[in-house]
Amino acid sequence: MTKTPASSKSSGATTAVTSFRAKALSWASHHRRVAVESLSSLLATWLTSLMTWLVIGIALALPIILYLMLVNVAEISGEWDGQPRISLYLVHGAAETEARDLAQRLLERPDIESTSFISSVDALVEFRAISGFGDVLNTLDHNPLPAVIEIRPSTTDVSQLRLQVTSLAGYELVDSVAFDLEWIERLFAILQFGERLVAAVGFVLALGVLLIIGNTIRLAIENRRSEIEIVKLVGGTDSFVRRPFLYLGFWYGLGGAVCAWILVQGSLIFLSAPVETLAQSYRDDFALSGLGVLDSCIILGTGSALGILGALVAVSRHLKAIEPK
Amino acid sequence: MIRFDEVSKRYPGGKEALVRVSFELEAGEMVFLTGHSGAGKSTMMKLIILMERPSQGQVFLAGTNLSRVSRRQIPAVRRSVGVVFQNHQLLFDRTVFDNVALPLAIAGFGHREVGRRVRAALSKVGLSDKEKLFPVTLSGGEQQRVGIARAVVNKPAVLLADEPTGNLDPELSKEIMDLFHQFNQVGVTVMIATHDLGLVSRMKRRELKLDHGRLEEVAL
Repeated sequence: MTKTPASSKSSGATTAVTSFRAKALSWASHHRRVAVESLSSLLATWLTSLMTWLVIGIALALPIILYLMLVNVAEISGEWDGQPRISLYLVHGAAETEARDLAQRLLERPDIESTSFISSVDALVEFRAISGFGDVLNTLDHNPLPAVIEIRPSTTDVSQLRLQVTSLAGYELVDSVAFDLEWIERLFAILQFGERLVAAVGFVLALGVLLIIGNTIRLAIENRRSEIEIVKLVGGTDSFVRRPFLYLGFWYGLGGAVCAWILVQGSLIFLSAPVETLAQSYRDDFALSGLGVLDSCIILGTGSALGILGALVAVSRHLKAIEPK
Repeated sequence: MIRFDEVSKRYPGGKEALVRVSFELEAGEMVFLTGHSGAGKSTMMKLIILMERPSQGQVFLAGTNLSRVSRRQIPAVRRSVGVVFQNHQLLFDRTVFDNVALPLAIAGFGHREVGRRVRAALSKVGLSDKEKLFPVTLSGGEQQRVGIARAVVNKPAVLLADEPTGNLDPELSKEIMDLFHQFNQVGVTVMIATHDLGLVSRMKRRELKLDHGRLEEVAL
């Protein structure tokens, strides 16, 4: 190709820069064009596309709903502020001064954050007030309740708490140690199980989305076989041939994510009234937490990424096989 | 510009398409490739644009040894050659304009430059008023000219044509040949595979004749 000779060195440099800029601009405009073309091809057959979007949407929505359930359960249990409590029931007839002294001494242990002493009299007053058994208690001729030292341990580690419980049981004044360790362990295990479940279901369904998109793209490649051959014949590079299919995958993924978002928000609206009524019978400030802006962005991003990835898989497997004959 | 060096091509199944073919084409030459169908004309074209690789020997294009061209570099080689295919190879869901613009889109030309070049190529082949039509609505001769416009729109130094007048009547064939002649006049190296011997003898150009894969030069 011949070029008109540059009149000076500087104009030559300018030409080079402009041509680089022109190339970049043309590259960007080609991307824009391919993106628009692939989207409009999807919208031209909107019913078929909608079906694919819905299938992807449902597959994405399931793990998201599971995850939200988990988040809400964790929030309810958050009322129990993650701090276990240990109750030391003291032997009957323990002198109050000795008991207070013990509560004070316990504070010096590094594994204890705070203690509070409840005398048997206080315990009775409190019990009478909240239990509604006042009349029954009046018939008793002595106070059946022991004095209690309530302890907030400084650790939340279950195995350390177990050791602490054994060592606390060794004090002379202590009759028994109450600690709802099993409940904590169970909740912890359930939450952990839930997290694993969400991860596993999410992984399997993400794989499903990948396969759905991969298969859809494979069909699109098959449909446009002759076009691909012609483009390769006149010198289209692999990335040029690949580009429309990657955009197609992107739109499938993004559309599927939008469907998932609508499905999730819809289910939340559908569920929120009964769930909140139920939860508020335990706790009055409970509100079902839904999808925030960040969550929504993550869903849309994940959907698009899965779309591009699925398309990449299909393209790398099927595009090389198509060569002009 | 094009050089074949002891090139043989044997297809899987044992068919010998080319047997020890050697020739050289200077830049700016125009040459006819003749022979019965199945003589190996298409195979020679395919070797030049790397649709096939030779079983033996080497093919050179503009000084490049094509046997050293990797798969990734093939598109660049194809972009440097304009090819007119026997069956046109047009995109039937795109307009005439978009078909001709395809090589420019691949090469990454800007919007304005694409429009300018496509219109120039279409006016050269006499289809200026048909750019918005779809290929199906065109006649065979017009489709062939769209193919020619696409082959030259990128201003390649080499133009290959495989039976470009295959299904056309004599008058249209002559028009098409005149077009190739004009491209040759401005310095493009042109190689045309054809079995239209009457046309070849009228054009008075160098002729390479293939017979069962063996090449012989026909004296003028």
